[in-house]
Amino acid sequence: MTLQELGRDDWTRFTPRQRMMRFAVFALCAAAIAWALTSIEVIWAWVWDAPIQMGDLFGRMVPPDPTNLGVILRVLWETVNIATIATALAVVIALPVAYLSAQNTTPNRATLWLGRFILVSSRSINTIIWALLFVAIFGPGIVAGIVAIMFRSIGFVGKLLGEAIEEIDKRPVEALEATGASRFKVIAYAIVPQVMPTFWAVAILRWDINLRESTVLGLVGAGGIGIILQGAIDTFNWPEAATVLLAILALVIIGEIVSVFLRRRIL
Amino acid sequence: MLKITNLVKRYGSGEPVLKDLDLTIEGESVTSIIGSSGAGKSTLLRCINRLVEPTSGSINLNGTELTELRGRQLRAARRKIGMVFQGFNLVDRLTVMENVQSGRLGYISTWAAITRRYPKEDIRRAFELMERVGIAHYADTRADALSGGERQRVGVVRALMQQPEILLADEPTASLDPKTSEQIMGLLRDLAGELKLPVMINIHNVTEAKQYTDRIVGMRYGRIIFDDVPDKLDQEAMDRIYSGSPAADRADEWKAAS
Repeated sequence: MTLQELGRDDWTRFTPRQRMMRFAVFALCAAAIAWALTSIEVIWAWVWDAPIQMGDLFGRMVPPDPTNLGVILRVLWETVNIATIATALAVVIALPVAYLSAQNTTPNRATLWLGRFILVSSRSINTIIWALLFVAIFGPGIVAGIVAIMFRSIGFVGKLLGEAIEEIDKRPVEALEATGASRFKVIAYAIVPQVMPTFWAVAILRWDINLRESTVLGLVGAGGIGIILQGAIDTFNWPEAATVLLAILALVIIGEIVSVFLRRRIL
Repeated sequence: MLKITNLVKRYGSGEPVLKDLDLTIEGESVTSIIGSSGAGKSTLLRCINRLVEPTSGSINLNGTELTELRGRQLRAARRKIGMVFQGFNLVDRLTVMENVQSGRLGYISTWAAITRRYPKEDIRRAFELMERVGIAHYADTRADALSGGERQRVGVVRALMQQPEILLADEPTASLDPKTSEQIMGLLRDLAGELKLPVMINIHNVTEAKQYTDRIVGMRYGRIIFDDVPDKLDQEAMDRIYSGSPAADRADEWKAAS
């Protein structure tokens, strides 16, 4: 503190210049939002109408119609199977991909980029887009659904597993190299035990996510409960649609409970 | 016999960490290597089993030239060199038995390694060695459940499982309390006698070096400046080994060179 500042009683957080800048940035953001709002065509009458429509739809859905419950539950089980089979396949395929995409295990630069390319291409495409593609290839049905979920999951599992491999403690690796163990044995003894907890955690998490993703696959004809939901909506069978939605909700909650239980048992 | 001649190790393009180093280790003696941090002790030990790649020079273990080996031959040579680490370097999530048997990885088949079906003679040897160092009752315990001293015993047994021709110990007691530290040093000395095994120990604790080893090698900035029996290590020699700092030494050499 210099002498001049004694007795000063005015202080501001920002200089006038800073205040002008802040105001300008704020005005710019507001202008951008206003421009975005005016450039899309919203039919405002429908927006204001929404609460009435919502009430109307709710009225038609209640009470849910359980006559097709048997079919719904059977297809729901099929949905669980899609998610489980796809997760199991994806986890197996993701292992070598993770190995390639981790800097400390990949054999060379080329394999590193190959691994990363597989991860990025798998992750950047949404499950529904993969499903559209595989419905075109395999035809509508459960196979397209399984392959679509699997393709999306490989990137997810591979990425997280690859990062886990990169974060391991390197000292045991050094110790086992010093014993004259081959590369493969070093991986089996020093790296695999260290990534096992992450491996199971990621597999369970992905199964949980896949359970939810597989419920919408039917919308593009790739099997699962979505087909029945689509059919109900298309035929304005709102009570049945309500039953399907409730069934999906129950499934997701059960899936959540199972994955919490598994995580606690394994980790 | 381990014979090191003209060993040079240079990281990048800087000053060498090891400069024209000559060292011969014979018989079943315990040799300690002392010197301040940065003197090159660790690098020297790691050059022997090629965890660090020497820049030039020769390292010969019982007739095998180690510096030129590659791939399978290098792994075969490494099996004959046991190493004990400062941080123990165990695989925490494996049991003590699995950690101990990992010293045999260079010998057993991949299938036996993955299925944990170790050869009977390896299991017998493991129990004998674990009994010898007092950890046999921990065979089925996970390595991370053990105390520091016990973990280092696992590290020692793992190295001995290799049936090495030489044992390298890189500051094996630096992470341990004084009492445990003395126990491990005593253990290394006794095992060297029992198994007729030459042992090289990097160590900061000069008192322990004098007490437990037969020969002391003093390093200062990449060179050996003392090499004699412990009794000859007097205050004057200590001052020469530990005075100054690697950075100051480097500056001196630059001055001398220019």
